[in-house]
Amino acid sequence: MPVILATDFIVFFLAGAVIYFAFAVRRDGAAASAWREIRKNRLAMACLAVLALYFSVALLDSIRYRDPVINEDGVQAMTEEGSALYSAQALSLLDRAFEGMRTNHEKTYSAPFARQLFVKENIELTDGTTVREYAPLKHPGAHFLGTDKVGNDVFFNALKGIRTAVVIGAGTTLIIVPFAIFFGVVAGYFGGILDDIVQYIYTTLASIPGVLLIVAFMLLFGTTGYQGGLISEGQLSLGVFVFNDRLFWLALILGITSWTDLCRLIRGETLKLRELEYVQASRAFGVSRPGIIYRHIVPNVMHLVLITFVLQFSALVLAEAILSYIGIGVGPQMGSWGNMINTSRLELSMDPVVWWNLTASFLFMFGLVLPANIFGDAVRDALDPRLRYR
Amino acid sequence: MLSYIIRRILYAVPIIIGVNVLTALLFFYVNTPDDMARKVLGEKNVTPAAIENWKRDHGYDLPSFVNTEEPGIRKVTETVFFQKSVPLLWFDFGRSDRNNIDIGQEIRTRMWASLAISVPMFMAGVAVNLFLAMMLAYYRATYIDIWGVILAVVLMSVSTLFYIIGGQYILGKLLRLFPISGFDAGLHSVKFLVLPVIIGIMASIGTGVRFYRTVFLEEINKDYVRTARAKGLTEGRVLFKHALKNAMIPVLTNVVVSIPFLFYGSLILETFFAIPGLGSFTIDAIQSQDFAIVRSMVYLGSILYIIGLIMTDISYTLVDPRVRFE
Repeated sequence: MPVILATDFIVFFLAGAVIYFAFAVRRDGAAASAWREIRKNRLAMACLAVLALYFSVALLDSIRYRDPVINEDGVQAMTEEGSALYSAQALSLLDRAFEGMRTNHEKTYSAPFARQLFVKENIELTDGTTVREYAPLKHPGAHFLGTDKVGNDVFFNALKGIRTAVVIGAGTTLIIVPFAIFFGVVAGYFGGILDDIVQYIYTTLASIPGVLLIVAFMLLFGTTGYQGGLISEGQLSLGVFVFNDRLFWLALILGITSWTDLCRLIRGETLKLRELEYVQASRAFGVSRPGIIYRHIVPNVMHLVLITFVLQFSALVLAEAILSYIGIGVGPQMGSWGNMINTSRLELSMDPVVWWNLTASFLFMFGLVLPANIFGDAVRDALDPRLRYR
Repeated sequence: MLSYIIRRILYAVPIIIGVNVLTALLFFYVNTPDDMARKVLGEKNVTPAAIENWKRDHGYDLPSFVNTEEPGIRKVTETVFFQKSVPLLWFDFGRSDRNNIDIGQEIRTRMWASLAISVPMFMAGVAVNLFLAMMLAYYRATYIDIWGVILAVVLMSVSTLFYIIGGQYILGKLLRLFPISGFDAGLHSVKFLVLPVIIGIMASIGTGVRFYRTVFLEEINKDYVRTARAKGLTEGRVLFKHALKNAMIPVLTNVVVSIPFLFYGSLILETFFAIPGLGSFTIDAIQSQDFAIVRSMVYLGSILYIIGLIMTDISYTLVDPRVRFE
């Protein structure tokens, strides 16, 4: 039985957008030449490969379904009304691919590749005496980034953080792009009172400290949503969808606090575009205003959208970690590098030091943000040489 | 000049009202005083009478936006929104929901701890970033520049959390150079402040150096710089005397807008280093869900942002005579 979270739609939509752009680039001359320039940059292409790897993990982690409950006698369990009963756990393809890692729990900390636990405990020997010794692991050598305090595999935890990061990094911008384009173009093209209203809205939003707006919003909306982990029947709509998804609210409010820059950019560009000769000419030929906006204005601000999209990606991933660290980001059940950092913060003061939890979250995060930054720079340089090195 | 400033301040009025209405919508309409009371009193065993009591004690017992029972102007004034929002205009923040502390008093005392960390961090940070950026611009298109930019991108790809945790671990725990966290009054606080300041600067270097370098490079390609070189000035003199002065204009926008926010401190640094400033005040309020404090900080933050914008515009006209008071 499939389960689709609100944020899964974002990931699917993102996948669709990537495919669409891949085809659109071939048809559009300017985009094709920009793409050729990016292709020449080997470092950027290597970064794109890394990003694609991260994204495919996120996609695998977004396709999930619930297994039917099987009774002890091997018959599928039924509810009283006679419909099939499904497990409360919606496992994604990623969970299923790494089934071993997901379920190989230890008792507590163990170092990477260790064969025994990290802390000593009392072990009763066969002759009745107890010794204080490092107990052997149930799965020796299987945890190549060690295990955390409750014995979960750290590598798997870090993998689960990828989807959260991708949803926040990419989904946030996706949600707000239509609004930013609409308001930006309307303000820039029509001017007058509409322009004043739009400018007023974004100045007001920008003047509220972003973190506090996010906090207020998440305290009000985030606490009721799906926090990760088990899914209750009450959270399901039509038996398949989970619309009230805390991660979605987080992406939405991050979007609300970050759309103002894009809107301002688009407004400025539209102001410039509408005075250009070809727009004037089509107006003289009697093309309707929606027609002009659709055919001449919107395609010519899309490069700004793309640039903002790639440049904001890394900033948003970093922001998510900090918000989850403060406790207003994703739910504690949801895999997230911010949550990992939060739980591992005190481990550095232990003796000997538990370093692998923090290292894992650092490496996974750095491995996403650095390529995103480099690729973002390459995209911007190719699309808008005037903005180079900004 | 004076009339310009007054006009700018008048422009800010509708924005302040907008911020107030928006926060009121979030805090009074979406999250009603009943919800707040239940959160403060605990979810279980709450009688309606206890909720009414709490609301009356904290001034939430009026209708949110329109009081239909009152005549005339009192329809608007006798509401939670009016009673809670309008005093903010003269910085009367009222009392907190949980501990009943005077928020304004708390802000006035905690402000100094925030300033003690944010002012040195800001000034040293801008100086370090500008210096490094100028170095890169001076050695532009050499290996120093190329590797410098790469290093900057690497530095900005690391989360602030890691700078803090790593800095506390290496400088504080392993090398024992500074106490890991804490705060003290007066001059004794210096030893506690060095570590957060260093870490704060480290975290800002990546983005800062890259931005300032761009600004310098843009300036370096202008005509007056070529003229300065042509008349035989040394590269250092051209860069540090002529180009620096003009590059300060875009730098100002970046810098001046953040000056008012120094009062605000830093949310993350203050909690990590146990500095009793406004940042940790806010985080504590968030974690205990004290909406009165969060609302006050939202308002304070918006005011500071608007002051920053006005200051930026004024500083433009001061450094660049071509910009008129329009």
